[in-house]
Amino acid sequence: MSAPTEHVEGVPLVHAEGVRKHYGRLEVLKGIDLTVRRGSVCCLLGPSGSGKSTFLRCINHLEKVDGGRLTVDGELVGYRQHGGKLHELREREVAERRRDIGMVFQRFNLFPHMTALDNVIEAPVRVAGVARAQAREEAVQLLERVGLADRAGHYPSELSGGQQQRVAIARALAMKPKLMLFDEPTSALDPELVGDVLDVMRQLADEGMTMVVVTHEIGFAREVGDTAVFMDEGVIVEAGDPRQLLVNPEQERTRAFLSKVL
Amino acid sequence: MVELKTSRDTAAPAHGLTADDLVVVPVRNHGRWVAAAASLAALVGLVGSLAGNDNLRWDIVGQYLFADLIFDGLFTTLWLTAAAMVLGLALGTLIAVMRLSSSPVLYGLATFFVWIFRGTPLLVQIIFWGYAAALYKYVMIGIPFTDITFFRAETNSLLTPAVAALLALGLNEAAYASEIVRAGIQSVDTGQTEAAHSLGMRPALTMRRIVLPQAMRVITPPMGNETINMLKMTALVSVISAHDLMSNIQDVYAQNYQVIPMLVVASLWYLALVTLLGIPQAWLERRYGRGTAQAQQVSPLQRLLGGTARTARVGNRVMNKEAGR
Ligand SMILES: Nc1ncnc2c1ncn2[C@@H]1O[C@H](COP(=O)(O)OP(=O)(O)OP(=O)(O)O)[C@@H](O)[C@H]1O
Ligand SMILES: [Mg+2]
Repeated sequence: MSAPTEHVEGVPLVHAEGVRKHYGRLEVLKGIDLTVRRGSVCCLLGPSGSGKSTFLRCINHLEKVDGGRLTVDGELVGYRQHGGKLHELREREVAERRRDIGMVFQRFNLFPHMTALDNVIEAPVRVAGVARAQAREEAVQLLERVGLADRAGHYPSELSGGQQQRVAIARALAMKPKLMLFDEPTSALDPELVGDVLDVMRQLADEGMTMVVVTHEIGFAREVGDTAVFMDEGVIVEAGDPRQLLVNPEQERTRAFLSKVL
Repeated sequence: MVELKTSRDTAAPAHGLTADDLVVVPVRNHGRWVAAAASLAALVGLVGSLAGNDNLRWDIVGQYLFADLIFDGLFTTLWLTAAAMVLGLALGTLIAVMRLSSSPVLYGLATFFVWIFRGTPLLVQIIFWGYAAALYKYVMIGIPFTDITFFRAETNSLLTPAVAALLALGLNEAAYASEIVRAGIQSVDTGQTEAAHSLGMRPALTMRRIVLPQAMRVITPPMGNETINMLKMTALVSVISAHDLMSNIQDVYAQNYQVIPMLVVASLWYLALVTLLGIPQAWLERRYGRGTAQAQQVSPLQRLLGGTARTARVGNRVMNKEAGR
C-alpha cells in the first residue's frame, strides 16, 4: 500500500493554500489552508453545508478549484503550471492523476451490475492494465482483508450497507492509492454496522495509509486521527490534535458544534 | 381456493372465537370470471364467422402462406429490421452522447438531427431516399473545392431500393433511439460516474463499462417495442419496391386481385414474427436487470411455466463463476 515514489515522512502529501470554490454566487470554500502529512490521518468535521464534501472532492478534482493552490504529492490538482499560468488538464490527464487517490463515498456507489469481485477488479484491469488473473488474486486478498472473502460473488443489492461500504474500500484500495479520501463513510449505515467499517479504516491507518476523512464519528477522530479540522461556512475555524480539539476546543463555534454532536 | 389459518394469538378474540380459530378468506373475483366467459364467447363467434366466410378465400391464403416469393420477402423484411435497428441504436447512442456533451457544436448537431428526422413523416423520408439519385447524380468522396476525389460512383448504383430503405429506416430510428438512450443514461445515478472517475476511469470508458450497461435496464423495454414497430414499419418501404414482405404481397394482389387473402397472409407472418421477438426481449430484460430487485419479479407466464426469474438469475451467476469472471 505504500507510495511508489520516495517515501519521506513528514513531507506533505496534500497541501492546500487559499483554496476557493463557488457555485454561482454562493461561496462554498473561502480560502482553505491545510496540510496533510504523508502517513497521517486528517479528520474533517463541521456542520452540514460547511463545505467538507466540496473540499474533499476538490482534492481529486471531482470539483474544479476556482482559486488558490491545491497539490497532491507536489502536483497541482487539475492544472499544470506553465510559466506564470495555470493550464487546465485534459480529462485523460486528470484521470491519470486520480489513479493515485482512492475515494469512498457516503452512499457507497458500488457498480450494481457487477459482483463484489468484479467491482474490485474493474479499475485494475481496465485502467491500470493488470492481467485479469493477477487482479483477481489481489482482489480476493483485498476482500479477505475487509472480511468479505465469502461474498465475492454477490451483487451489491445482495449485501448489507456495511458490507457494501467495505467492498467500496477494497475497490478503492485495488488501485494501490497513496491517498484515501472518505466522505462520511458510515453515515448511511445502521448503527450496528458502523463498527465493521471503522475497524477496516483503523487497520488501514495503522498500516500507514494517508487518509482524509470527513466524519461525524468523534470517537474515531479522537482515536485514529492525527489532526482534526473543524470547518464552518467555508473556512477552517480551528485545527489541531484531535485529543485536544475535540475535548477542549478553543473556539466557541467548535464547542457549540461538538455539544450538538456528542 | 385454499383457506389459510392464521396463527397469530395477539388478535383480540371476537364473537367468542380465539385468534387461532380465525380464518383468512382471500378476495374472490366473481366479476373476473364472468367477463372472461363473455369475452371468450365473443371471440369464438368472431373467429367462426371469419372462418366460414367464403369471400375470405382461405384456399388462396393457404396457397401463398408458404410460397417462395413470400419467404424471399420475409427474408428481406427480417434483415432490414435487424440492420435498421443496429444502425439506429448505434447512431442513436452516439447522438445521445453528443446531446449530453458540454460542447455546444456537438449538442447543436445532434439536436438538429433529431429535429429533422423526428419532424418529418417516415413515409416522406423513405421516398426521399428512394429518389435521392434525382438530387445527386454521383456520390463522390474527396476534398471539397478541389479536383481531388478518392471515390466516385453513380448514385443509382449505390442507392438501390434496399439501401435506400435501410438508410431511411435506420436514420429515422436513430432519432427516436437517441431519446430513449438519453433517458437511459440520465437515469443512472451521477454517483456511478463519480465513483468510476475516482478510480481513474476516463469518460469514454466510464460510459462504456459503467453507465451504458446500467442504462440498458431502462433502454431495453422501449427498444424492444421499437424493434416490434420497426418490423411493421418495414412494410412502408413497399412504396420504393424494396422487395420486403409487403412489396411482394402487393405484387401478388396487383395481379390476382385477391387483396384480402393476401393481407391475411402478410398479417399472419407479421404476427408470428412479432411474437417470436418477445423471446429475446424478455431475455435481454433479465440480462440487464442483474443485480436489481426487479430481476426477481415473476410474470404470470413464467409462473405458469414453472420457471422463475430468480432461478434464472442465480443460474446466470453460477455460469459467470464457472466462466471465471
Ligand atoms: N453542485 C452544487 N451546486 C450548487 N451548490 C452546491 C453544490 N454542491 C454543494 N453545494 C452547496 O455547497 C455548500 C457546501 O456543500 P457540501 O456538500 O460541501 O457540505 P458538507 O459540509 O459536506 O455538508 P454535509 O455534512 O451535509 O455533507 C452547501 O451549501 C451546498 O448547498
Ligand atoms: Mg457532505
